[in-house]
Amino acid sequence: MSTVQIVFLFVGFMILLAAWMMVSRSNLVHSALWLVVALFGVAVLFVLLEAGYLAVIQVLVYIGAIAILMIFAVMLTRGDVESLTHITNRYAGWAAVMGAFLLFGLVIVLGQWPAFQTTSPEAIESANPVLDLGMAFVSPDGFTVPFIVASVLLLAAFIGAIYAAFPRKKGE
Amino acid sequence: MIPLSWYLILAAALFCIGFYGVLARRNAVVILMSVELMLNAVNINLVAFWRYLNPNDISGQVFAIIVFAVAAAEVAVGLALVISLYRNRKTISVDEVDLMKW
Amino acid sequence: MLLDYLPIAVLVAVSTILAVVVVALGGILGPRRKDKRKSEPYESGMRPIGPGTRKMPVRFYLIAVLFILFDIEVVFFLPWAVVFRQLGLFGLIEMFVFILILLVGYVYAWKTGALEWE
Repeated sequence: MSTVQIVFLFVGFMILLAAWMMVSRSNLVHSALWLVVALFGVAVLFVLLEAGYLAVIQVLVYIGAIAILMIFAVMLTRGDVESLTHITNRYAGWAAVMGAFLLFGLVIVLGQWPAFQTTSPEAIESANPVLDLGMAFVSPDGFTVPFIVASVLLLAAFIGAIYAAFPRKKGE
Repeated sequence: MIPLSWYLILAAALFCIGFYGVLARRNAVVILMSVELMLNAVNINLVAFWRYLNPNDISGQVFAIIVFAVAAAEVAVGLALVISLYRNRKTISVDEVDLMKW
Repeated sequence: MLLDYLPIAVLVAVSTILAVVVVALGGILGPRRKDKRKSEPYESGMRPIGPGTRKMPVRFYLIAVLFILFDIEVVFFLPWAVVFRQLGLFGLIEMFVFILILLVGYVYAWKTGALEWE
C-alpha cells in the first residue's frame, strides 16, 4: 500500500466520521464545526486529484464563507430550543434505511460500469491548470454564457437573501 | 495510485450521510448543512471523473466551479428563508412549518 | 507533485497537535473547583438578569452574504486575471459585464439600507 493510499484512507475516514458527527450532534455549533472538518477533508481529496485550484476554492469559499454563514445562522436562530431536544423527526429510522439502501444501490450500479475498474489516471499534459480554467471561462469559444449566467444567479440569490432576511416595516 | 472506485464509493457514502441528514433532522439549518455535504459528494465525483477519464479537458473543473457558485447561492437564500421563518414563527423545526400541507 | 503540499500538511499536523496538547494539558493540570457562582454566566460580578442569550442583529447575516458574493467573484476573477493578457479586449468587456451585474446587487443592498448600522 502506497503513502498516497494511506493518506486517502485516513482522509476518507475523517470525512465520513465528520459527516456522521455533523448529522447526529444536537449542538448546532458542534455540527457546524464538524461540517468544517468534512469540507477540509474534501479539499485534501482535491489535492490528491491534482486539482489544486479547486482545493484552494474549497477552503476559501466553503470553509471561509459558507461555514461562517452557517454559524451566523445558528447564532441568529438560537432561541429555538425545541429543535435541539428532539433532533430527529419520526421518520428517522426510515431515513436511515433509505440511506443505506441508496448507498448499496449506488455501489452495485457503479460496480457494473466498466470505468469503475480504472486504477491509475493518465498524466496531465497541461502545465498550468489555472490558465486553462481562465481560457475555458472567458475565451469566446469557452463557457462564456455559463460564466455570465453564474453572475446573474449570484445577483438573484443576493437580492433574494436580503429581501427575505431583512426585516420590513409594517405596511410595506 | 488510488483506484477510481475508492473515490466513487467515498462520494456515495458521503452523499448518503447527507441524504439521511436531510430526511431525518428537524432543524432547518442542519438540513441545509446536509445539502452542502451532498453537493460536496457530487463535486468529488466530478473532479474524480475529470482526473481519471478525461484529464485533458478542463470542463470537469469548470463544472465543479459552477457547483461552488450554485452552492453559495443556495445557502445564502436558504439561510435567509430560515432566518425569516424564525422571526415570524419563533421556530426553525421543519415539522412545525406545515401550513402548506393542510 | 504532491510533495509540494507537504509543508501545508506539516502545518496542519503541527497546529492540530498543538491545539490538542494545549487543551488536554489545561484539562489535566488545571484545578477544578466548581461552585454555583462560577457556573453562572459572568456579568461583571453581578447576579445575571434575564436569559443568557441575546437577540443578534440580522445585519451580521447580511454582511456575511455580501462577503459570500464577493468571495465567489474572486473565484472567477483569478483564472480571468491569469489569461487577461492573452484575451485582451474581449475578456475585459466580459468581466465588465460580470461585475456590472453583481454591482446591481450591491446597489440594491445600499438602497434598502441593509448596510446601515444604526
